[in-house]
Amino acid sequence: MDKFTTHTGLVAPLDRANVDTDAIIPKQYLKSIKRSGYGPTLFDEWRYHEPGEPGMDHSTRTPRADFLLNLPRYAEASVLLARENFGCGSSREHAVWALTNYGFKVVLAPSFADIFFNNSFKNGLLPIELEAAVIDQLFDAAEAEEGYQLTVDLEAQQVKTADGQTFDFEVDEFRKYCLLNGLDDIGLTLQHADAIKAFEVQHKQAASWLF
Amino acid sequence: MAGKTLYDKVFDAHVVRSEADGTALLYIDRHLVHEVTSPQAFEGLKLSGRKPWRTETMIAVPDHNIPTIDQAKGISDPIARLQVETLGNNCSELGITEFNIGDPRQGIVHVMGPEQGVTLPGMTVVCGDSHTSTHGAFGALAHGIGTSEVEHVMATQCLIQKKMKNMRVNVNGKAGPGVTAKDIVLAIIGEIGTAGGTGYALEFAGEAIRDLSMEGRMTVCNMAIEGGARAGMIAVDDITIDYVKGRPYAPSAEQWEAAVSAWRDLHSDADAVFDLEVNLDAASIIPQVTWGTSPEMVVPVNGMTPDPAVERDATKASGIRGALEYMGLEANVPLTEVQLDKVFIGSCTNSRIEDLRAAAAVAEGRQVADTIKLAMVVPGSGLVKLQAEAEGLDKIFTAAGFEWREPGCSMCLAMNADRLAPGERCASTSNRNFEGRQGQGGRTHLVSPAMAAAAAVAGHFVDVRQF
Repeated sequence: MDKFTTHTGLVAPLDRANVDTDAIIPKQYLKSIKRSGYGPTLFDEWRYHEPGEPGMDHSTRTPRADFLLNLPRYAEASVLLARENFGCGSSREHAVWALTNYGFKVVLAPSFADIFFNNSFKNGLLPIELEAAVIDQLFDAAEAEEGYQLTVDLEAQQVKTADGQTFDFEVDEFRKYCLLNGLDDIGLTLQHADAIKAFEVQHKQAASWLF
Repeated sequence: MAGKTLYDKVFDAHVVRSEADGTALLYIDRHLVHEVTSPQAFEGLKLSGRKPWRTETMIAVPDHNIPTIDQAKGISDPIARLQVETLGNNCSELGITEFNIGDPRQGIVHVMGPEQGVTLPGMTVVCGDSHTSTHGAFGALAHGIGTSEVEHVMATQCLIQKKMKNMRVNVNGKAGPGVTAKDIVLAIIGEIGTAGGTGYALEFAGEAIRDLSMEGRMTVCNMAIEGGARAGMIAVDDITIDYVKGRPYAPSAEQWEAAVSAWRDLHSDADAVFDLEVNLDAASIIPQVTWGTSPEMVVPVNGMTPDPAVERDATKASGIRGALEYMGLEANVPLTEVQLDKVFIGSCTNSRIEDLRAAAAVAEGRQVADTIKLAMVVPGSGLVKLQAEAEGLDKIFTAAGFEWREPGCSMCLAMNADRLAPGERCASTSNRNFEGRQGQGGRTHLVSPAMAAAAAVAGHFVDVRQF
């Protein structure tokens, strides 16, 4: 996994609550057995007029002129600003891969669905919860000012505006440590292989039918 | 010290170790695998030169992609076929048990697990699928996980997990006649909202929950995730134990008594403290229908679509407006006037034998309305299909004009050929009414199996209690 320390990027404000993972990446693309190639079909049904199928050349499809990421001013966005309960629905990690394949590094929202939130950390995408009032303020700024950027400093746990305003955010120590160092958590867990084996001995005594 | 909740008990019994910040390494007893969320995990395992920690805890089944007609002829879509074959190859290479197409045990992973006794009370269960919450009906702690976590569990038999908060929904009193588990859980989601359970393990309790069969309890826990909760749970009782007894993967005769005695403790203690408790009166619940594009957008069948003009919260009003527009509905329209194009009875929510019996009881001696283009019944597994056929349910359905299909996830998420065309409206017994879920531009209304069958006959929603 790539390290995440700080990131400065253009903000795209997606003004909808309960954006679900079916909207982020529709099911037909889940037939792929790869982790990459999902960028062109991120938000597929909102993004294109024609229905999409895996394997087609998506650059030949007609973009919907009114969809956020099709507006020239947001084309290079890497910070997604969203509303509450972002990423609800299915556990498909493809939703996170679609966002990172597209180029997003950070999602800011008042709240996230649990599984999406968890999947994000495994792929170097930083989901940040901020108070609804702060999110409202950032929506106003990102919509008003073309080229609006934010900086995220994971070490300091701060979101910073270009004019120096800062907003603190919370992140679990363990997740922060893994992201800052780009660590594979399987490797970390396997350092505790002896503890897992010892647990199995005890667990087998308590519940032999599970073995 | 306060007593423990059911969630506390199962979680605490599986903690291998904890970090200072409370992040725990949670031991996983059962890992269910399907074709869609596993290939990248198997590949990751291979690339890093790792092996599964305990292969025998894994059971695999293809379900999302498979056709529901002529399964014996194989999968015509080459991309879907490759995914299903990849699962087969990975399983045979690593010695993982797989119930493949043609095996009567094949079916939707969340139907197969309980049916085989692969899911047991008190277990920790994971699967790369959000509806893994289904298995919590057995007093198991069952999480949906992403593909990176699938690989992590394969490699380490553990999940990195911080303890969630405890929430309990009590459905007090008795549910009325014609009111099913699906109506109860839709009413709960309508009450708590689609994010109401985020960050919580959600226990369902109360007389109306205890009165449910295991099939009904699975329907309720299945949709915990639609209320935001990654895990739903129900306490173990005689109904649970009777269901498990004699299943192929249930404990052997010598271990049975010890297992049952341990399972008897799988309930929240009387003095357990919940971070949040919600109470519903079962008698006030009537059959439910969703009108919008989130499961929380639900009303009783005698209700109307909402009016965004009277919603004070601007974000909510715009959400209602957008959902009505997508659904092709006006404000203040009675749900019973909504005409349908298709009807889907199936999915991990409602494709078990009891669901099919309930739908067949309504369909028997009646005809699907001429205006319905397709009404289909997709049993949850090969064994459910065989059981239904032994009871003659298939004959009832086909005589009424329903198509009787082969098992799989089918039009719940439309990864195979079963899908809605743009603008088509469907009464569906599945779990998600998201935009495009059942096919791009498709419009989904979630209902119980009996309500779906009644809607198929009437051509529009009707209150099944007066049908």
